[in-house]
Amino acid sequence: MSNVKRNRNIDTAFKYVGIFFTFFGIAILLIFLINILIDGLTRIDWEFLTNLPSRRASKAGILTAWTGTAWILGLTCIIAIPIGVAAGIYLQEYGRKNRLARIIELNIANLAGVPSIIYGLLGLEIFVRIMNLGGSLLAGALTLSLLILPVIIVATREALKAVPNSLREASYGMGATKWQTIWHQILPAASGGILTGIILALSRAVGETAPLIVIGALAYVPFVADSPMDEFTVLPIQIFNWVSRPQEEFLTNGAAAIIILLLITFVMNGIAVYLRNKWQKKISW
Amino acid sequence: MKRSAERVIEYGLAFSGLITILTTLGIIWVLLSESWGFFREVPLSSFLFDTEWTPLFAQKHYGILPLLSGTFLTTIIAIITAVPIGIIIAVYLSEYAHKNFRRNVKPLLEILAAVPTVVYGFFALTVVTPFLQSFIPGIGSFNALSAGLVMGIMIIPVISSLSEDALYAVPKSLREASYGMGATKFQTSFKVVVPAASSGILVSIILGVARAIGETMVVAIAAGQQPTLTLDPREAVETITAYIVQVSLGDVQHGSMEYKTIFAAGITLFLFTFLLNNVSYWIKKRYQEKYE
Repeated sequence: MSNVKRNRNIDTAFKYVGIFFTFFGIAILLIFLINILIDGLTRIDWEFLTNLPSRRASKAGILTAWTGTAWILGLTCIIAIPIGVAAGIYLQEYGRKNRLARIIELNIANLAGVPSIIYGLLGLEIFVRIMNLGGSLLAGALTLSLLILPVIIVATREALKAVPNSLREASYGMGATKWQTIWHQILPAASGGILTGIILALSRAVGETAPLIVIGALAYVPFVADSPMDEFTVLPIQIFNWVSRPQEEFLTNGAAAIIILLLITFVMNGIAVYLRNKWQKKISW
Repeated sequence: MKRSAERVIEYGLAFSGLITILTTLGIIWVLLSESWGFFREVPLSSFLFDTEWTPLFAQKHYGILPLLSGTFLTTIIAIITAVPIGIIIAVYLSEYAHKNFRRNVKPLLEILAAVPTVVYGFFALTVVTPFLQSFIPGIGSFNALSAGLVMGIMIIPVISSLSEDALYAVPKSLREASYGMGATKFQTSFKVVVPAASSGILVSIILGVARAIGETMVVAIAAGQQPTLTLDPREAVETITAYIVQVSLGDVQHGSMEYKTIFAAGITLFLFTFLLNNVSYWIKKRYQEKYE
């Protein structure tokens, strides 16, 4: 009898252990965030956003860093979205059973596991050196595009997969070709899911640091870039630079810049979640 | 006319897919060709067995062991942190929690994965390390323990989410049979469901390890930049990834030995993650239990 009781107790105990650990990670993250807000919030003002970098912590701003991030984001959009969506369409709609598609699929699974810093080495050799782009915005955006391509492709495929076959058949029945069907029927129907995946992939690109350091993005860029061939810095690199200095004031600057970076990441993730929910609710096949 | 246009579109789409293959080939080619130059000057035996890594000093040694020990030390600390927590979360969410709770909590856990890694590095350096210093004597301001712990928190969602999928896929009939024998939920979870999902859980752990090995910013910020051959978590260590960052921050001339060392370090890193990814893929294919 006591055995039964003991087993019951273990069962109840685990329930609380489970709840505890489920919130453990989130609680720690919360502690971190509060800590950052206390450290950095008072440092953020208009000047911080519009000042160029400086050797004096109190005068240093993140103008070049956030404009660099915006540039990288824009260029990565232009490069990665068309390629990623096109590859996703090919794998899901055209090459379902053929050998090329199978190889590509296996390959994408493998690429998704390659550490981001390796992409940096690829970019350093191919874009920076062989294509002679230097440590430019374009080289950075190309590198990050390759990095997030697998994410966009997988998201596109998932979204296309969710579109029911009846839609395709109806379109074929009206005499539409395959591409007309995809362009006018399938893509619009899958657009919510694709967009969600794209935003999540881009939010990952915004936070990437290591590959951009490897391709030679600089920590100190005293001007705002005005062409894709300019040298650049981004928010994460600026943060890394400030965090690696011993002076306390630079750590405060780092905390303030982290608040801006997290704001961008969380807003992007929020939009993605919102789109996903809206899209799932609206369409029930 | 229309047919040929359709064909052109199809080829265009297929080419986009091919870019991913070109990426893989590019990575392999770049790593091989640059580290080829490295291994012509450094014999493989001293790369593997020399116990010092000092390419940036006057007295040059090219032994990868200190970087490997740094990488494994931080990875092991991360895994020891993440695996128990990740699996407990997975079991709780899959077996105990209400459906709504599960649906609401999962996106919250994903937030942990969405935070940029440079932010985790800051946490490790400014929050976790001072905290550890308050009760562990002899711990440096850069140390493997703090970086490993924070990396562990970072990969909790990798393990919990994949493990939970595996647990959830175990059919109801197994649980019901266990309940019918008088087992409690706890006994059922850990003696029936977890073993049935073990291949999926193993895959999640392997992917977590691969993630930790390749992680860069946390270790570059918090673990230090001194390649030391040690297994003492209180000491500063340098990982493969942190070394690549350290060299990249300087002005590296193409063709110099420093330039080649980051590719030699890179190919070592790539081999490990490639191996782990393929093992996990193989386990998934081979051992995934099929239930009707």
